[in-house]
Amino acid sequence: MKILIVDDFSTMRRIIKNLLRDLGFNNTEEADDGNTGLPKLQSGNFDFLVTDWNMPGMTGIDLLRAVRADDKLKTLPVLMVTAEAKKEQIVMAAQEGVNGYIVKPFTAQTLKEKIDKIFERIDNA
Amino acid sequence: MESSAINRDLLLEKTQALISSLESADTSEEQLETQIDEIHALKDNHLFQELGKMTREIHDSIMKFRMDARITDLAETDIPDAKDRLEYVITMTEKAANTAMAVIEEGSPVAEKLGAEASVLKAQWQKFRKRELSADELRAMGRDVEAFFDESDLMMSKLLSGFTEILMAQDFQDLTGQIIRQVINLVNEIETNLVELVKIQGENQKAESEQKQKAPEETKLEGPQVPGKETSDDVMKGQDDVDDLLASLGF
Repeated sequence: MKILIVDDFSTMRRIIKNLLRDLGFNNTEEADDGNTGLPKLQSGNFDFLVTDWNMPGMTGIDLLRAVRADDKLKTLPVLMVTAEAKKEQIVMAAQEGVNGYIVKPFTAQTLKEKIDKIFERIDNA
Repeated sequence: MESSAINRDLLLEKTQALISSLESADTSEEQLETQIDEIHALKDNHLFQELGKMTREIHDSIMKFRMDARITDLAETDIPDAKDRLEYVITMTEKAANTAMAVIEEGSPVAEKLGAEASVLKAQWQKFRKRELSADELRAMGRDVEAFFDESDLMMSKLLSGFTEILMAQDFQDLTGQIIRQVINLVNEIETNLVELVKIQGENQKAESEQKQKAPEETKLEGPQVPGKETSDDVMKGQDDVDDLLASLGF
């Protein structure tokens, strides 16, 4: 399982990376916004994307759109981890095809639950 | 300044009339005086027009400055709001620091205890290697080793969960960073407005201030919600709200 973590704050990337490692996911890579993340996704055989929303350059929602518009990437599971907590934003992310949505600040337990749920749903599909 | 310039044609006409009156012998003194007054009046008109224009410009500038709702907003809403946001930054950094220190204070004795027990066992083990242990002492050591294994399992998981707690506490850096960025943007905006104010003071005919039109975003990104300062009513209060909303959307 290869996971890409996209967030403009390096501390948050590190937190998510460590939490994922605790959950048994050791193969992670990082990018600081959509502009650097998308090429990695396109060339890197990733199985899962964890992305922030509000980033300079290319935002998480635009990255999500780009992923869904890319033939090779469109089925990639995407988990959004963001401080954006407005209803319309969550609805928008859902409409654009996000697989899970976590608002910051979050707990390790929440991350585990959402990831489990995403893969459960993919396995059942 | 097109309307305020002295009307040259009119001046020329009046001056020529004055000259011909002067050249003509039968012009009365009174007539000459009237003509000179007329010419003089042209200059007065010009002065009045200039004065009028300046007054209007000053008035416009003052009105515009007063009516610039953004400045009122900045003073009445945004600055107090920024103060609350910065207070929240202090709260969050303080919480993170306390969380980390609490885990360390709790965890250090645990690690020390494990170390101390291990060195007791090590001493017993060395005695055993030198065949200095009696059968009873050997049985006692067996029990101690077993107890140590159980305890170290427990202690280790305690320490590891403490590490996770410290790790999670670092999320303040992202959240406070976003808030501080917002405040920096606000300071920049205030700076721009202050510069504008100085300009208005200095040269009041600066008619049009380039009101910075922010590019309309599809949805304005709000960043972290500050408790009690939620930016609108439809803000989720936490992960449970988000989960409920997504469930209602079929997730």
